Amino acid sequence: MAKVLMKGNEAIGAAAIKAGCKYFFGYPITPQSELPEYMARELPKVGGVFLQAESEIAAINMVYGAAGAGARVMTSSSSPGISLKQEGISYLAGAELPCLIVNIMRGGPGLGGIQPSQTDYFQATRGGGNGDYRLVVLAPANIQELADLVIEGFDIADQYRNPVMILGDGMIGQMMEPVEFKVPKKRELPEKDWATTGTLGKRKPNIINSLYLAAEELEEHNKKLQAKYDEIRRKEVKVESYNIEDADVVIAAYGTTSRIVRTAIAKLEREGYKVGLIRPITLWPYPYDEFNKINDNCKGVLTVEMNAGQMVDDVKIAVEGRFPVYFYGRTGGMVPTPDEIVGKVKEIYGGEK
Amino acid sequence: MEERIIIAGFGGQGVMAIGQILTYAGMIENRHVSWLPSYGPEMRGGTANCGVIISDEPVGSPVVVNATAAIVMNKPSLDKFEPTVEKGGKLFINSSLIDQKSQREDIEVYYIPANEVANELGNARVANMVMLGAYLEVTKIVDLESIIEGFKKVFGEKGDKLLPINKEALKKGAEVVREQMKAMV
Amino acid sequence: MAVVFKKTRGLTDIPTHYCPGCTHGIVHRLVGEALEELGVLDIAIGVAPVGCAVLAYKYFNCDMHEAAHGRAPAVATGIKRVLPDNFVFTYQGDGDLASIGTAEIVHAAHRGEKISTIFINNAIYGMTGGQMAPTTLVGQKATTAPQGRDEAHCGKPIRISEMLATIDGAKFVERVTVTTPAHVRKAKKAIKECFKTQIEGKGFGIVEVLSTCPTNWGLTPEEALRWLEDNMIPYYPLGNFRRPEEVE
Repeated sequence: MAKVLMKGNEAIGAAAIKAGCKYFFGYPITPQSELPEYMARELPKVGGVFLQAESEIAAINMVYGAAGAGARVMTSSSSPGISLKQEGISYLAGAELPCLIVNIMRGGPGLGGIQPSQTDYFQATRGGGNGDYRLVVLAPANIQELADLVIEGFDIADQYRNPVMILGDGMIGQMMEPVEFKVPKKRELPEKDWATTGTLGKRKPNIINSLYLAAEELEEHNKKLQAKYDEIRRKEVKVESYNIEDADVVIAAYGTTSRIVRTAIAKLEREGYKVGLIRPITLWPYPYDEFNKINDNCKGVLTVEMNAGQMVDDVKIAVEGRFPVYFYGRTGGMVPTPDEIVGKVKEIYGGEK
Repeated sequence: MEERIIIAGFGGQGVMAIGQILTYAGMIENRHVSWLPSYGPEMRGGTANCGVIISDEPVGSPVVVNATAAIVMNKPSLDKFEPTVEKGGKLFINSSLIDQKSQREDIEVYYIPANEVANELGNARVANMVMLGAYLEVTKIVDLESIIEGFKKVFGEKGDKLLPINKEALKKGAEVVREQMKAMV
Repeated sequence: MAVVFKKTRGLTDIPTHYCPGCTHGIVHRLVGEALEELGVLDIAIGVAPVGCAVLAYKYFNCDMHEAAHGRAPAVATGIKRVLPDNFVFTYQGDGDLASIGTAEIVHAAHRGEKISTIFINNAIYGMTGGQMAPTTLVGQKATTAPQGRDEAHCGKPIRISEMLATIDGAKFVERVTVTTPAHVRKAKKAIKECFKTQIEGKGFGIVEVLSTCPTNWGLTPEEALRWLEDNMIPYYPLGNFRRPEEVE
């Protein structure tokens, strides 16, 4: 299929349909509404169902029902709406149901604003709902990668019976770039023999559930979940690095922020600075090991985020005190400029070269 | 080579559309491209803008901070984006709606009476294409054929009827600016 | 030997956890029998609530989902939209449906979602230990209304059937009880009619069942039945509020 120019939000929808997703339940919120609008237009054409729910809470619970019935299903929202969905997300994780959840982040807290931000990193990677659970969190930096990760995200969800979150921001949702919808590499996906499709009198009832009243049973269930999360940690880490073996300063950034960092790095290189980049593509599982490849002479690791410092906690865990860790961030929907990042790197160098 | 363009004006002046057409044209010519709009309530009646990047390298930040060119369709846009144009860059001012001269002396400035030209063509809504025509004539960033292809992509079948007048607007914009280029030399 | 009575295949053999004298057991059996008799048990998918019936997924002999508190109609919507040819029902209490889940039930009805809801109204929170429900009667004592429900403070109890009967998408709405064999027979008839509304593709249906909670009411099972008839039925009149043919 040839390249087309598409808005991020619409590319998510097109990729999802390409991945065989036929069901979308959602509620309007800026800056992601182009996605439900796209699905409302396109899903009926492939025999699917788009349904605008009465609330974010209802939408995620419709996803719970549809996923339990064995369907490829998704929802999307933006920060305050994702907060509302947390109850359902916890139930989905507890009942081990596969689905795709898209968060096109905007500034917070509370109603916040509508401009791009990365303030839901903690919520996405630490679990915004109750209980010991994890989402696989994918953070695309451009629209091609966004489409690829949406398609692969459904497979990851099915393979591990776990919700997968696409964590983007208003910038990637709203911007247009060329994109091609590629057939993903096939994963071995287990049969959904647990789905509630009616017993037809041929098997025992299937039950979709996250309730275990006996402490012993609930602990066993948790052990099973943790073993699954360990497997995901071993097999599903995705990261892109640039020049970390040689860099004086390494910058850690994800999503759209990593693009601004790249522009800053190009500028710094022209001035003779050696700057590397670690760009986590999976925010959970986090690519902690990648930071071990940073050369010993590195002066420090700078984390750049569109928030007040969230991923920087994971960077600190990753470097285990080997290097000083610095942070630069903008909040409220303000986007850091390449020059601001250049200035911060020069500060770490101890001033102009 | 990396061209970073800001296109700004009132909501409804078609600034998003010409940004998308330009982006499509870049893509058709196998360049790396991105289009980033402003979004939110400011879109309704206020000032809308988009940033377009056309580059030989993969696009880093899609946010246009140091613009190589700016197309401004109304006065608030001039005030906001005049300082964004980098030294040696180009500024295209819709002089039909902006009766003010640029204060910058380190950039090339072109004054295009886009609304007047569009009205003469019989459709006030093609003022944006007049501006785009002028911009292309000066920068030669993409071929006119690619722009026509881009127009078809953005407007689809419903654009077919409007294509002739839009082509005319591109041509007129180029003619107007050619006069000014001569005067500058 | 002739079989005069047989347990319905609609229920599993797991003993229920319900208190002595609680009418959940009767309603479970009626639902199980209706599923079996209408021939939809093997294509049925039920959604259990949070509340006393939280373990209902163990008792109904069909595929089941356990939903979050109040969300059963949304979960059922998700299931039904994926599997339109299956039979989908929710089984919810008054805290679940009439308090925390009002948005979900109202909008499922409003969309005319082709699902069926069994609504157990016993005027109290049973599972959590006798707190005030949205359906608790004025003056009725609850652990969170120790002096009895005060209308000036928290309003009158909510009448769900009457409210849902104002919604076009709700094609079958009936309130029943199970305090006598005659009422039990009427209740079963209503449940079957409600289920047929879905089977025939006509839309949303709900049966509200006035039920007892001897434990939290502090009454014997027999006293509880009398209390229900004397106090609940006058405020929550029995009867049909809506049949498919009555909705334009």
